Amino acid sequence: MTEQTFPLYGGKAASLQERLGDASPQERKTVGTPFVEEPRMTCRDVDVFYGGKQAISKVSIDIGRNQVLAMIGPSGCGKSTFLRCLNRMNDTVGACRVEGEIRLDGIDIYDPSVDVVPLRARVGMVFQKPNPFPKSIYDNVAYGPRIHGLTKDKNELDEIVETSLHKAGLWEEVKDRLREPGTGLSGGQQQRLCIARAIAVSPEVILMDEPCSALDPIATAKVEELIAELRTQYSIVIVTHAMQQASRVSQRTAYFHLGDLIEVGPTERIFTNPRHKLTEDYITGRFG
Amino acid sequence: MLYTSLLPTILLLAVAAYFLGQRRAERVASAAGGLRQLHSLPSHYGVFVALCCALPGLAVFLVWMACEEQVITAMVAAGLPEALRNLPANELSLVINEIKNVAFGGFTASGGNPAVEAAAGSYLSHLHGVRNLVVAIALLTCLLPGWWALGRIDKDLRARNLVEGMARVVLFGCATVAVLTTIGIVLSIVFEALRFFQSVSPSDFLFGLQWSPQIAMRADQVGSSGAFGAVPVFVGTFLIASIAMAVAIPVGLLSAIYLSEYAASTLRSWAKPALEILAGIPTVVYGFFAALTVAPAIRDLGAMLGLSVASESALAAGLIMGVMIIPFVSSLSDDVIHAVPQSLRDGSLAMGATRFETIRHVVVPAALPGIVGSILLAISRAVGETMIVVMAAGLSANLSVNPLAAVTTVTVQIVTLLVGDQEFDSPKTLAAFALGLLLFFFTLILNFIALRVVRRYREHYE
Repeated sequence: MTEQTFPLYGGKAASLQERLGDASPQERKTVGTPFVEEPRMTCRDVDVFYGGKQAISKVSIDIGRNQVLAMIGPSGCGKSTFLRCLNRMNDTVGACRVEGEIRLDGIDIYDPSVDVVPLRARVGMVFQKPNPFPKSIYDNVAYGPRIHGLTKDKNELDEIVETSLHKAGLWEEVKDRLREPGTGLSGGQQQRLCIARAIAVSPEVILMDEPCSALDPIATAKVEELIAELRTQYSIVIVTHAMQQASRVSQRTAYFHLGDLIEVGPTERIFTNPRHKLTEDYITGRFG
Repeated sequence: MLYTSLLPTILLLAVAAYFLGQRRAERVASAAGGLRQLHSLPSHYGVFVALCCALPGLAVFLVWMACEEQVITAMVAAGLPEALRNLPANELSLVINEIKNVAFGGFTASGGNPAVEAAAGSYLSHLHGVRNLVVAIALLTCLLPGWWALGRIDKDLRARNLVEGMARVVLFGCATVAVLTTIGIVLSIVFEALRFFQSVSPSDFLFGLQWSPQIAMRADQVGSSGAFGAVPVFVGTFLIASIAMAVAIPVGLLSAIYLSEYAASTLRSWAKPALEILAGIPTVVYGFFAALTVAPAIRDLGAMLGLSVASESALAAGLIMGVMIIPFVSSLSDDVIHAVPQSLRDGSLAMGATRFETIRHVVVPAALPGIVGSILLAISRAVGETMIVVMAAGLSANLSVNPLAAVTTVTVQIVTLLVGDQEFDSPKTLAAFALGLLLFFFTLILNFIALRVVRRYREHYE
């Protein structure tokens, strides 16, 4: 995070940490409406530690069905870390420890009896930088169904590949070159290929970690359009730095700040009438 | 004396020229109003003057080194008495050799032929005279261009660009040396092999099933019929190399995968160097380990199972050779696997793939070109390895693909053909060149196939 001086603060060169770290614990309590009716996932008092350092403290939030939850906040506020807890991708980081309770359809995903392989098939993920495998477009989409043994024969697999590419809005562009490498596509196409790959295993939740930050405005618009369509079938959690994007694609918005969940609420309400001072400062562009 | 110090002198001159050029550029700059007025940095002017000084002198020196022998010999030969000068070419070369011996060693084989003594004297005086001349020319070709370059320095001289250009020429020269050396080696092998094929027909060599390289000195000699069929030798080579690769590829590749994907970084940091120690053991040590420990063990094991195993077997040599080249596969493969971006692994894990599925379907295909490269390197080591085979697999050229039999390889045969006193015009010795040529040809094809394989299956990642 670069240090800046803000005219609003009379040009005093106080560091961001000094200005923002003084909020009392009272002010850090989540305000708004973190819980919903009939949630897909429920998170209660989630703490995440990297070694001895606490990255996230006491986050409680629900993820609703068929809606997009946007997570916004300044860099380093823990929103990506929290996102990666939802499909246990943090397991691959040795020093990372997660406490609290995260349930998917009522089942605690950190329970020792839960296997991470089917969990990740139910909670898919799309990354910041498009990361298609160095395989053909077809094999990229067929990757998940193949490793999970979802199909009985070639025709069924062809069908899954085609529907997934259709859903990702990529079919018309690639139907004649399914055998060409996925890495040969443009950045926006690659990202939609990654989305097609994620939905090929029919997940219930799709996690997106700044899916448009490496894309140009036109490709971004296409991906946002796609997110709006996918919402009808999946629960989507998206981390984003672009507040306009959050307001365009999401129904609920959560604002994170230095590891705390500050405010959650309907997107429109958050952007027009934030209740917490930190949220207001962030969305009015005083920092971030 | 002058001549032997020519090279250091040129280098010293170049260093001096560098500082002179730099100083002069600085003076020009201060006269013109500061360093910013100069087109290039003062050190560029220095390098420019130094190169102008050193390169021509070095060129003269190198050209002379290349043709000194011929020039001096011609001069001495021209001064020999009539009787010696009219000798046949090969006898004349003997005389010249003797003259050189007298000139440099001061001893005589022929008990002091006065003509030779005199010629030796003239040889030395010619040598010294011409060498002094060369020194003078070289120094002149240093000083004159150097002085000229020094005079050319002014604020508009584009020394930076000139230095760039000269750097390019030097780099091109180095690349050319590498290519020309390769061509030279190939040509020398080809010409000697052609001489071999004048006495043995190529089809006998390529398809003959018997290898016993000998040439009779008398017609009635025992075993006078030599046979130059290369097939058994090559079969032996490929047999041993295959056994070695059957050991090295799985062990090396799998240990590379373990080290880069599963092992903790502390384990990796000491296990990898430990594996690489295997590559540092001299092959002769591997050789006697194979011959004295492994081969008897295999023979005993075979005896227990009721198999007849030769005391020197392809299996022993191949196994140990495989162990020797494990680090070639593992170390290089570990590096390329490690270089596969983490985002690909994350992408696969996020799809619910297990670690091993991720490795098998994503990481290894992405690292394939590098892995194939490491395997190729290992194969060329296996084909070229000699010591282990000499000791553990024997010298007898049996045509057999039985790993329990004694076989021999191309490199071993080349060694035995060329070791000891040999005449270089008998097919027996020339056969070594033919074998070398054929081996070279095979490895070339191997490389070609591997390149095609890599291009076909390579999976690009960014």
